[in-house]
Amino acid sequence: MEIPYTVELRRDTGLNNGKIGIWLFLASEVMLFGALFASYILIRTGATSWPRGDTILNVPLATFNTIVLISSSVTMVMAWASLMRHRFGTFRLYMGATVALGGVFLVVKYFEYSHKFHDHLFPSTNNFLAIYFTLTGLHMLHVMGGMAVNAYFWGPGAKLWKTNPEWFTNRVENSGLFWHFVDLVWIFLFPTLYLL
Amino acid sequence: MSEPSAVAHKPHVAHEAHHEELGFWRKYVFSTDHKVIGIQYAVTGLLFLLFGFCLMMLMRWQLAYPDSPLPLIGGLFGESRMPGGTMLPEFYNELGAMHGTIMVFLGVVPLAVGGFGNFVLPLQIGAPDMAFPRINMASYWFFFLGGVTMLASFFVPGGAAQSGWTSYVPLSVIAGTGQTWWLIGMIFLITSSLLGAVNFITTTIQLRAKGLTFMRFPFFVWAQFVTAFLLLLAFPPLEAAGVMQLMDRVAGTSFFLPTGLVVSGQVVQVAGGGNPLLWQHLFWFLAHPEVYVLILPGMGIVAEVIANNTRKPLWGYRSMVWSLIFLGFMSFIVWAHHMFMTGMGTAMAAFFQTTTMIISIPSVVILTALIISLWGGSIRFNTPMLFAVAFLPMFGIGGLTGLPLGLNVADIPLHDTYYVIAHFHYVVAPGTIFALFAGIYYWYPKATGRKMNEMLGKIHFAGSLICMNVVFMPMFLVGLAGVSRRLYDGGAAYDFAQPVLHWNVVSSWGAWTLGLFQIPFIFNFFWSIWKGEVTDANPWQATTIEWTAPSPPPHGNFVTAPEAHRGPYEYSVPGAGRDFVPQSEG
Amino acid sequence: MTTSDHAADIDKHVRIYITVFVALMVLTIVTVAISRLHLPVHLAVTVALVVAVVKGSLVACYFMHLISEKKLIYAVLVLTVVFFFALLGLPVITHENGYWIPE
Repeated sequence: MEIPYTVELRRDTGLNNGKIGIWLFLASEVMLFGALFASYILIRTGATSWPRGDTILNVPLATFNTIVLISSSVTMVMAWASLMRHRFGTFRLYMGATVALGGVFLVVKYFEYSHKFHDHLFPSTNNFLAIYFTLTGLHMLHVMGGMAVNAYFWGPGAKLWKTNPEWFTNRVENSGLFWHFVDLVWIFLFPTLYLL
Repeated sequence: MSEPSAVAHKPHVAHEAHHEELGFWRKYVFSTDHKVIGIQYAVTGLLFLLFGFCLMMLMRWQLAYPDSPLPLIGGLFGESRMPGGTMLPEFYNELGAMHGTIMVFLGVVPLAVGGFGNFVLPLQIGAPDMAFPRINMASYWFFFLGGVTMLASFFVPGGAAQSGWTSYVPLSVIAGTGQTWWLIGMIFLITSSLLGAVNFITTTIQLRAKGLTFMRFPFFVWAQFVTAFLLLLAFPPLEAAGVMQLMDRVAGTSFFLPTGLVVSGQVVQVAGGGNPLLWQHLFWFLAHPEVYVLILPGMGIVAEVIANNTRKPLWGYRSMVWSLIFLGFMSFIVWAHHMFMTGMGTAMAAFFQTTTMIISIPSVVILTALIISLWGGSIRFNTPMLFAVAFLPMFGIGGLTGLPLGLNVADIPLHDTYYVIAHFHYVVAPGTIFALFAGIYYWYPKATGRKMNEMLGKIHFAGSLICMNVVFMPMFLVGLAGVSRRLYDGGAAYDFAQPVLHWNVVSSWGAWTLGLFQIPFIFNFFWSIWKGEVTDANPWQATTIEWTAPSPPPHGNFVTAPEAHRGPYEYSVPGAGRDFVPQSEG
Repeated sequence: MTTSDHAADIDKHVRIYITVFVALMVLTIVTVAISRLHLPVHLAVTVALVVAVVKGSLVACYFMHLISEKKLIYAVLVLTVVFFFALLGLPVITHENGYWIPE
């Protein structure tokens, strides 16, 4: 017996296994980042003083990064749409763009962080920087993870398109859900840390 | 060690051809078969349970005979831990912190969820495997990595974590390297649990057999299902907290370090502004649901064994299911009853003690339903049933003694005393662990094709039941007398403790005797693989679907997909030819 | 997602994706611009959160297809949101009734 509903939908739930699996995983990620946000609120509201984000952090650079990440979300969903239209070449282009934009995000982050370190601003300097580095650092790890999976589907994993195009499309969709979630977290992180 | 039998040849399932000649490593070590993974989890979990128990047996020497050298083996632990064979307080703390951590995270949960859940769940719902077999394998290996990390931490300078399994800050932040290893180990273990939870929930919803509606699930399936949700949603906040504590320890941040913290007479040179209570909140946000993770699978096992050995359906199945769901939900909003002594205001205390009192109701419903299920049954007192029935009063004691702890005012004299230790051990030790023993004796024939020896099982049972009570019952007295937990001398330094100190000796001898009574079990477990009585698919004449697969089931479990035609406990149905009608029959 | 989604459906979806992309860009500019106004803290937080929620909802509903998802997924997410708010209760609890370590 092979495992059912990997690709075809189960009638009563209307879903395949991977879709449920990824949403469950995202639910756990909501709790992970939620705990960090709750901690941020707790520490900030209890602090006697707290710097405005734009006095310490580089808002133009982060705005650029926000645009980069949102763009990568669009290219991600377009990659999936291309597969739905059976345009594998276009998928390759959009998926490649998604990975590339992710790379841009990381490069900008590298400059942001090294700039801070150069100015002797470390996580240990104060709690604002502590939560800034922790939140953006954990987010960055998720960007890397998402990029790795996307790169796999752009590269070696794309073989699956030839043998089981539906399954491949599903997996790209699920990978996309993770990527959109990473973008979503940034949409909240950016104003919270940089603008308030 | 048992393993699924060689692949049953299914010529019409051509695309499964690659499963046929897997090498040794892919078949028994890096397997994606839920049965192999389940056994891996179970055996590893049992080994950790044994190890964690050994840590406790060592501690019990110090508690019974404070500051006296341990005979025979005292020299084995080195001068930095037991100079002259006498335990140092630091070593006692190391043993205590790791005993708790190992028992909870490396012993009970891997066995109850990883072991029983993985092995039994797909079989019970008529599925060929878990929804994500490779993720299943990954979850085992993350658990293994976490276990190795925790064990390795004993050998780093300064030893393993010694700030309690609760790792309260700021002590844990300033503690030695072992604590960093603990945090890293926890991250591996949490990852393992999250992957497992995703798998269990998806599998239960999607891969259940035709006709197996939610209200026809065996109670065991419901228990694992709710448990998986608890793991999925409650663990991440602890992971976040763990990351923050790692940052405090390694990157010098002050998430948990308040301004003006003084250690050994010196002000700590950090930015400050942190809050130690933040750690407690995030920790208990996980750890309270975690205790339900510890008990729910056990209740599931007990329900199966009781229904089977009373030859009657479970009484109050629907109320038990709704209680499970309600319990799971409530478990997220009671956590601060572990924090009554942190100076919280009356409004917060009132909220949490109310939710805590409310959460006792579904537990009572489940326990009562299980007890009533015995009434009028044709009870077979085999070893699994003995453990399952003993679970009931033991869990009852544990649950009832939790009530004063859940009330803010009553908690004041009891918090952090031996009363608490007695309370939670009753629920977990003669509670959950008895249920797990029941499950091992019950499902062993399914996994191996042989039954465990009944005589050895009964000796194991009788000895364990008596000894558990000898160990833990006196602790209520000791706690009520005011003796705090985590005292390396068991209270010997305090005047008020003198009248109850002798109970420490009683508990210790109970613990060592309990250890002796596990020997028949360990021997039985391995001996029966080769010499146990050979059985067929359904040695217990049970109704649930796992008993229609061969013992042990082949890769893929069922030749044709089973279909459920009735409820899970059709025992003693009037007019049926025998006293049970299997769920998937006809 | 199933193979029964036809090409025409996808075209419609693609138009929506572009629209959402433009909206997200605009909202990003808006939120940065408003932050330049240096509004009083409570107002600043509220506005920033509202904009973030709108942007997040657009990503969730359209990029993640949540607007046309199945009931089971909604159920899981509702449950998660409930516990997420329980988590956010932590700062509230900590600051109640003097339950705080003053600096």
